[in-house]
Amino acid sequence: MIEGSAVYVIVAREFKKFVRERSRLVSTIARPLVWLFLVGGGMSRLVPTGAGPSYMQFIFPGILGMTILFSSIFSSISIIWDKEFGFMKEILVAPISRFSVVVGKATSGMVLSTLQAVIILAFFPLLGLKIGILQVVGIVFVCLVLSFAIAAFGILLASFYESYESFSVIMNFIVMPMFFLSGAMYPVKMMPTLLQVFTKVNPLTYGIDALKHLIFPNETGALGADFPFIVDVGVIIIASVVFVAVAGKAFERKG
Amino acid sequence: MIRVENLVKRFGPVVAVDGISFSVEPKTIFGFLGPNGAGKTTTISILCTLLAPTSGEAFINGHDCTAESASVRRSIGIVFQDSSLDKDLTARENLLFHAYLYRVNASERNRRVDDALKFADLYERADDLVKRFSGGMKRRLEVARGLIHRPKVLFLDEPTLGLDPQSRSNLWEFITRLPKEHDVTIFMTTHYMEEAEVCSRIAIIDKGRIIASGTPGELKKIVGGDVIYLKTSDNRKAAGEIRRLFQIEAAEKEGEIFLSVPRGDSVIPTLIREIGECVLSVRMQRPTLNDVFLKLTGKEIREDAAAAGDDIREAVRSYRRRHDRG
Ligand SMILES: Nc1ncnc2c1ncn2[C@@H]1O[C@H](COP(=O)(O)OP(=O)(O)OP(=O)(O)O)[C@@H](O)[C@H]1O
Ligand SMILES: [Mg+2]
Repeated sequence: MIEGSAVYVIVAREFKKFVRERSRLVSTIARPLVWLFLVGGGMSRLVPTGAGPSYMQFIFPGILGMTILFSSIFSSISIIWDKEFGFMKEILVAPISRFSVVVGKATSGMVLSTLQAVIILAFFPLLGLKIGILQVVGIVFVCLVLSFAIAAFGILLASFYESYESFSVIMNFIVMPMFFLSGAMYPVKMMPTLLQVFTKVNPLTYGIDALKHLIFPNETGALGADFPFIVDVGVIIIASVVFVAVAGKAFERKG
Repeated sequence: MIRVENLVKRFGPVVAVDGISFSVEPKTIFGFLGPNGAGKTTTISILCTLLAPTSGEAFINGHDCTAESASVRRSIGIVFQDSSLDKDLTARENLLFHAYLYRVNASERNRRVDDALKFADLYERADDLVKRFSGGMKRRLEVARGLIHRPKVLFLDEPTLGLDPQSRSNLWEFITRLPKEHDVTIFMTTHYMEEAEVCSRIAIIDKGRIIASGTPGELKKIVGGDVIYLKTSDNRKAAGEIRRLFQIEAAEKEGEIFLSVPRGDSVIPTLIREIGECVLSVRMQRPTLNDVFLKLTGKEIREDAAAAGDDIREAVRSYRRRHDRG
């Protein structure tokens, strides 16, 4: 059902292109850092958080989530370019299952996003955070499952669009709301009830929540995690499976 | 090798393919000839399992294109009308990608990629990005890529579109070598009449229907014989002589006499012997497939318009690429 060599070569291609396109790396790394230090740094003065983490520390898990959100979606949306420039046909006419294509693309997003999240993670000492080696292992694990889920979601989106014009629609009406409704910038508990509904169906929320568990293991107040860790990881994994299955079916459609 | 029966494809109200049937023998070149919008690409898309037919059946190498798409896909290679190379990868990377996708054995992989590069005459440029290649180089690379997994059938959808005459004839020479060198059956589409001449069999398609098929020779018989044009010192007298000698009509047009005969080459010597003293020049024109198309549909296949459309499409794409990517 899933062909290993196809998954491998799809990931290898994305990786090659990513390494070649250095400007993309610069922009995906710069965006979270700008948010972290300019927005987070500025807001830290405005928002007194008492004894717990400072505001800048509080948004760090959210910033890791942002890095993953943007780079995973971007990686998946490249499917639209592949359709536009014809390369997708080369893949679709090959004797491989559509699931291999979806898993290959999602794995590409997973590898590239986690790599970028790890680069952002390396800034933690500058924020005055203390993160041990076991926590790092846990964070990398959460980054891997979260970025796979988001990339699979991006593929599902991409399967409905034929041209790159939809790119800004996806960015403005799906990706940005996903970011703001994820508990990244403000605790989920503090949101109006209506918005909390959106937050709870957003897979990114659970990823960021899991990161909060790992980064602030002892924080139980408003700035700590909202859901049990096991729920977070469970939701992300189930979401991944659903997205891959639906995206695979969506690709199966023929005219 | 390919068998198609009563194939129909509708896109809403548009009937793109309207009940076509044909079959293709192994290791031959089959040409699908028709103007823009005739349904050529749609037929190819159905045969290579990218589109489901509305009705009718298609088989490749004995496999049903609807029910056994995996086996069909393993048996075919395809060069699409629009390039499907990744221009941000090198030639070698594009070929390797293909080899992995089709699960070519690890022990064979590099050899086949090298062979394909040599075959496409791109060995020296193997590690250049494809975006730096000329149109002809890209086309050759695509053909070579389509052969890496040793398909039984190779589809070529307007392989020479947008190429200059020189690259067209080079690519063409390259394509005609394939059936022998790779044991492959070729199904190609074109609207260049002269390209169809090298096919073993041709089907002429217009508005979704096959209006004629056969070998190029058979199709030309539809038009009748060769046309001989004569310039003489006294056209009226010569025309009269010809009518008397051969019992055929000889008309005068733009200072030339022309006559239509089944085997022109064998008529010319007699003609010269009989009325040689007044003949100034002789030329003969064999019927072309263009004449065939003209005769069957009452219109010409417009090649120039198509080529221009392709240029525009490419220009729009490269514009988008420049403005929307980074
Ligand atoms: N996906 C589609 N949706 C709707 N109509 C389509 C679609 N694809 C093709 N058609 C229509 O089907 C008809 C046949 O198109 P097709 O692409 O098969 O022509 P073609 O012979 O390949 O022409 P060309 O020489 O221009 O490539 C055209 O009228 C076209 O508009
Ligand atoms: Mg076409």
